[in-house]
Amino acid sequence: MSKFKKGGKSELPAISTASLPDIVFMLLFFFMVATVMRDSSLMIENRLPSADQVEKLKKDRTTFIYAGKPSSQYKQFGEEPRIQFNDAFISVEDVQASVLQAQADMNEELKSKIVVGLKVDKDTHAGLVSDIKQELRKANTLKVMYIANAKAQQ
Amino acid sequence: MAKRAAPEVNAGSMADIAFLLLIFFLVTTTIEKDKGLLRSLPPIDDSEVEPPIIKQKNLFTVLINRRNQLLVEDEQMELKDLRQAAIEFLDNGGGTNAEGASCDYCQGKRSPSSSDHPDKAIISMKHDRETSYEKYIDVQNELVAAYNFLREREATRLYKRYYPNEDKVYAAMLAEKEKNQFKKDEELNERIETIKKLYPLKLSEAEPDKN
Repeated sequence: MSKFKKGGKSELPAISTASLPDIVFMLLFFFMVATVMRDSSLMIENRLPSADQVEKLKKDRTTFIYAGKPSSQYKQFGEEPRIQFNDAFISVEDVQASVLQAQADMNEELKSKIVVGLKVDKDTHAGLVSDIKQELRKANTLKVMYIANAKAQQ
Repeated sequence: MAKRAAPEVNAGSMADIAFLLLIFFLVTTTIEKDKGLLRSLPPIDDSEVEPPIIKQKNLFTVLINRRNQLLVEDEQMELKDLRQAAIEFLDNGGGTNAEGASCDYCQGKRSPSSSDHPDKAIISMKHDRETSYEKYIDVQNELVAAYNFLREREATRLYKRYYPNEDKVYAAMLAEKEKNQFKKDEELNERIETIKKLYPLKLSEAEPDKN
């Protein structure tokens, strides 16, 4: 009589998959939190220029202004580059009011640090951009960031 | 009738359901990483103060016309040469600054016909309304690159000993500041300010003519 099994192949125990749901849920929550559902669908073409001296953008204090030619579904707005803010086309005169509105909706401590991100299509003429900048000066939101694709530094 | 115990719910398919959701979110996620050139606009100034007179030699003019051609200091130039030209202008150090100190860290040619001191050197840029935005950003990028190059050089000269393993000392300092944004490091901030003061960013933009 022996207490110990002698010889005989001992089978490997099956790996427990009980913790698999936990792991998967953990990943799931990460991606759920990281997901940003696009809140404004672009009505314009938006191919950004590229630059190599770029800095990172601080998302919490940035409000975006888009500009470019209306994309193919919005041909009824013509060929000329237009300005888009949130979900609508705005005229140059409305930029100031829109930006001030966005600033008012911001956290109190970030209001003075507002940055306006300009996402402008690279085929737009620079005159439109300087019109926008003039309006931003009137709104006294002086920090702008020209959003660009990063390219490798030479 | 005896009360029957509720049967155990089979949780075996939980992982499948979670995987399904996981894959959905994996596919829809776009981790946004916007980057760009940060610039400050000048405030609107209504006061009637005479603008100070700036000597022509302290001004580096960059014009972009409607055909996206560059005119730098009254000479046509290719974009690839702009960075070097701007560096030479900023780093010239031919005279003294407002306090009468000469630029002892400049490594330029010290030509009397170019800028006196990085403090006084101003890059002035003007574009046409019809200039393409792409070209405009390219030029901005080259000019910022010129400043960054000089700041990097000075940071390497002054603070290399604190960052012996870094190639780009100034970039490393800025990265460290970014990382420690919630605990202020006075010494680091002071060093960054010192570097910025050596080559202050003086880049003015004129409004394009309305016509």
